Amino acid sequence: MPLGRQMQFMLLFSRQGKLRLQKWYVPLSDKEKKKITRELVQTVLARKPKMCSFLEWRDLKIVYKRYASLYFCCAIEDQDNELITLEIIHRYVELLDKYFGSVCELDIIFNFEKAYFILDEFLLGGEVQETSKKNVLKAIEQADLLQEEAETPRSVLEEIGLT
Amino acid sequence: MPAVSKGDGMRGLAVFISDIRNCKSKEAEIKRINKELANIRSKFKGDKALDGYSKKKYVCKLLFIFLLGHDIDFGHMEAVNLLSSNKYTEKQIGYLFISVLVNSNSELIRLINNAIKNDLASRNPTFMCLALHCIANVGSREMAEAFASEIPRILVAGDTMDSVKQSAALCLLRLYKTSPDLVPMGEWTSRVVHLLNDQHMGVVTAAVSLITCLCRKNPDDFKTCVSLAVSRLSRIVSSASTDLQDYTYYFVPAPWLSVKLLRLLQCYPPPEDAAVKGRLVECLETILNKAQEPPKSKKVQHSNAKNAILFEAISLIIHYDSEPNLLVRACNQLGQFLQHRETNLRYLALESMCTLASSEFSHEAVKTHIETVINALKTERDVSVRQRAADLLYAMCDRTNAKQIVSEMLSYLETADYSIREEIVLKVAILAEKYAVDYSWYVDTILNLIRIAGDYVSEEVWYRVIQIVINRDDVQGYAAKTVFEALQAPACHENMVKVGGYILGEFGNLIAGDPRSSPLVQFNLLHSKFHLCSVSTRALLLSTYIKFINLFPETKTTIQDVLRSDSQIRNADVELQQRAVEYLKLSSIASTDVLATVLEEMPPFPERESSILAKLKKKKGPGAVSELEEGKKDQNSEINGGVEPTPSTASTPSPSADLLGLRSAPVTGSAAPSSANLLVDVFSDTLSSNASLAPGTEDNFLSSGIAASEDPALPVAEADELLNKFVCKNNGVLFENQLLQIGVKSEFRQNLGRMYLFYGNKTSVQFQSFTPTVSYPGELQNQLNVQTKPVDPVVEGGAQVQQVLNIECLTDFDEAPLTNIKFRYGGTLQNITLKLPITINKFFQATEMPSQDFFQRWKQLSLPQQEAQKIFKANHPMDSEVTKAKLLGFGSALLENVDPNPDNYVGAGIIQTKSVQVGCLLRLEPNIQAQMYRLTLRTSKEAVSKHLCDLLSKQF
Repeated sequence: MPLGRQMQFMLLFSRQGKLRLQKWYVPLSDKEKKKITRELVQTVLARKPKMCSFLEWRDLKIVYKRYASLYFCCAIEDQDNELITLEIIHRYVELLDKYFGSVCELDIIFNFEKAYFILDEFLLGGEVQETSKKNVLKAIEQADLLQEEAETPRSVLEEIGLT
Repeated sequence: MPAVSKGDGMRGLAVFISDIRNCKSKEAEIKRINKELANIRSKFKGDKALDGYSKKKYVCKLLFIFLLGHDIDFGHMEAVNLLSSNKYTEKQIGYLFISVLVNSNSELIRLINNAIKNDLASRNPTFMCLALHCIANVGSREMAEAFASEIPRILVAGDTMDSVKQSAALCLLRLYKTSPDLVPMGEWTSRVVHLLNDQHMGVVTAAVSLITCLCRKNPDDFKTCVSLAVSRLSRIVSSASTDLQDYTYYFVPAPWLSVKLLRLLQCYPPPEDAAVKGRLVECLETILNKAQEPPKSKKVQHSNAKNAILFEAISLIIHYDSEPNLLVRACNQLGQFLQHRETNLRYLALESMCTLASSEFSHEAVKTHIETVINALKTERDVSVRQRAADLLYAMCDRTNAKQIVSEMLSYLETADYSIREEIVLKVAILAEKYAVDYSWYVDTILNLIRIAGDYVSEEVWYRVIQIVINRDDVQGYAAKTVFEALQAPACHENMVKVGGYILGEFGNLIAGDPRSSPLVQFNLLHSKFHLCSVSTRALLLSTYIKFINLFPETKTTIQDVLRSDSQIRNADVELQQRAVEYLKLSSIASTDVLATVLEEMPPFPERESSILAKLKKKKGPGAVSELEEGKKDQNSEINGGVEPTPSTASTPSPSADLLGLRSAPVTGSAAPSSANLLVDVFSDTLSSNASLAPGTEDNFLSSGIAASEDPALPVAEADELLNKFVCKNNGVLFENQLLQIGVKSEFRQNLGRMYLFYGNKTSVQFQSFTPTVSYPGELQNQLNVQTKPVDPVVEGGAQVQQVLNIECLTDFDEAPLTNIKFRYGGTLQNITLKLPITINKFFQATEMPSQDFFQRWKQLSLPQQEAQKIFKANHPMDSEVTKAKLLGFGSALLENVDPNPDNYVGAGIIQTKSVQVGCLLRLEPNIQAQMYRLTLRTSKEAVSKHLCDLLSKQF
């Protein structure tokens, strides 16, 4: 990226190394994405708990933090601010927590689309868009309201694809 | 089962996800997925038209399957259909699918763009945001073509909702980054700058990122944002922790916005407007003060957010590199963090201090933390932190602490992580060479390196020690003795055998008088290692043997027997066999005289840049080293300039202490006599590139790279500022835009100088036809001679190339030469013209003189035209240490106890040019109360007095 610095990507993965969410802010091929993910998950999981949250990786800086069973991991550029990135992660966790009510890994698995929507309200194109928790959640809740108005209840059979 | 089902319930999706989670094996999972894919495919192909809900559900399932790591090759069309649904949730899932899974199927992009266009025109803010998010997420060129002119309009329209403005700003940023050529500049840009004043903090937060990017690209067009950013920052920094409500994060007001504003300011030099600058300095001081206050919360989020701002403020202070007070305070703050219990803070403090070490104002302050840093290297449990500590030690190293730092790094090497050993080896080798005053220390250090980490000692390192030993006759005996001792070890590294073989072959005679290291003992010792070594080492040893025959005739028969043995003369390796045969023949037929000529001692190597440094640069990536090297306050350069007498090395005629190739070459042996050829093959690699860089040799001046420049573009606006920045210093960043960074490092002696320009390609794309050309405005052609070496016309993305300029001052001058840099970047021709930081004061030779001489000369220069005087206001704090440093940097000697008023500064020196020497005296009288200075210059030439006075008066 010749112009300016920003977050390159964010990955969420479990202690078992399962990828739970991936968001790429730079164009990369699927193959490259898979390779990066594999390498990085391995590197981060190999680190001990008390170690520092930052590491140099290729020509990027990785900022990561573990919340319960999930690792949140961001790649930023050399001149970027590590600590504020750490707090980007934390604010995102807070947003998820507030939205789901004590968020756990399962919430993110089953509602991955919501996790994406919340992330898009908070970070756009790798830059912080809105830091106010209220404003982000207001946007998401408005969308949920639109959703509920639109939905009509369906039969369970139809839902599971038996009709 | 889902813990929470918010909003909708796509039960079918939840059931599917549960199924996948319940799969006991990978195979079962794949089976289940294939079943689902078949089901979805048949639904999509089926006759029955699917309703929006089902489409959404299936598209969502496909998305989930993709996120599990499987490839998805259908469903795109259905997703695109969802985009045009009026139901928000369907539209939303459609956009999500596109964002995650877009491919460059042009037909689809057209359909997607169509849907986006409709949503942007819908005036429904929720729909508009979805469409903007999608553009920002995909950011393709096709999208830029379609929307780059529409989005600025949305961004600055008066009736646009705040949330839409935020998305529009960042969406535009993404398009600007991917396709800058497609985003039209125009009236909107000035309105964007005024978003810095927006009521809504979220809008400001988003807009600053866009503005920063625009500023990087066109700093001049956006200058007004500096004062706006400062006032916004100032309001945030001075607000109480509750003022900003939801934008306060753990008692820290708007940390993200603060960091972004501080980052924006780093696109510019310090503000010119005194009021703005004052306000900014106040902000920075407040931020530093807050770091000392007791925390408002024990939560780590509080301290992280607070320190994120602090580190960004420190980056800005370092970027300005002009406020000694702030730099020293920053350094002290980081010093506290070095011992903090949080590993993260220790890591960051080490990292940040590395850059502080390269500022002349804070280099000394950084050095005071040496013990803590050494301790970090020894005790940190995390290798990434230890790596930072090693980097910092390297950055803070200078002549005063080199021995300590090198010895600590050596002892660290014994236990260092394998991943960083090679780098540490290179660093130690460079420091040992750069700061060697005592060459036996240098030899010990390198041999220790080989002993401790032989596997990591690259060829460059051991070639280098040999070059140095050959060039310095005062260390040869010591080197021979030391390698001889090192070779006694039962198991020694092959690199040691190489160094030992080479050095004993050249200088074994210097220790042969001692019966414990008699010629035969030396030979037997080397030969005992022979069979354990690789072919290349054996080849080298054979050369050593033939050299022994010349040095020690008494070893001749023993060595001939060895050469004659089948294992040599019939060796399967052609190289070894050939050497054995030829050396044997040579020793039997050549007369002693011929032998002595052919096997003469190696001539000195020409001085040039250390290949080790080049290697470290390559390893660490462009910029990493040069930044440290360039910016470092280099005390050598003072020594070199003759301000202080050169330490112990002064007694020998060999080149001065610095061996990194920054000194002019010794006159001796730039062309290797043919007798050297016998050994040349082993070192062919290093010898071939030896072009003498001596500024004094005529050859150089003939191979000029200067073309008569046709029509160089005008120098950039801040060129004079730039020039002023380099009047009192020789190293630093000369120019930087978003494509290119130019670093400069230079040194001058008498009327000659050498300048290194480092051109760094900041992009990931190759620069082509890269041609820097020097030109002389006005009379300068006859006053100054600048010889350049051609630069490789291709600069790879991320790479750095170096250009050497040899400078000769013919007579006094007052204009700076220009350099015009042209290159192609992605098809467009870039054209930059800069003033080169070569000013007349660079050719100063400082002159010490007692008080009475000074006044006598002062009186002699009393004609009115010989004097130039200026009275001016101080632009910087009137700190006497800083003033002294600047005057020394200016080049004149600083004479103590000459002026009866101890507050005044007087200096003396001679400007050295080829045709004339101009004696200069100067006197600087500060008036602290009035914050003014009076500067008086007296020289024997009117123009010089005036020009020096102009240059120097802009420094305080």
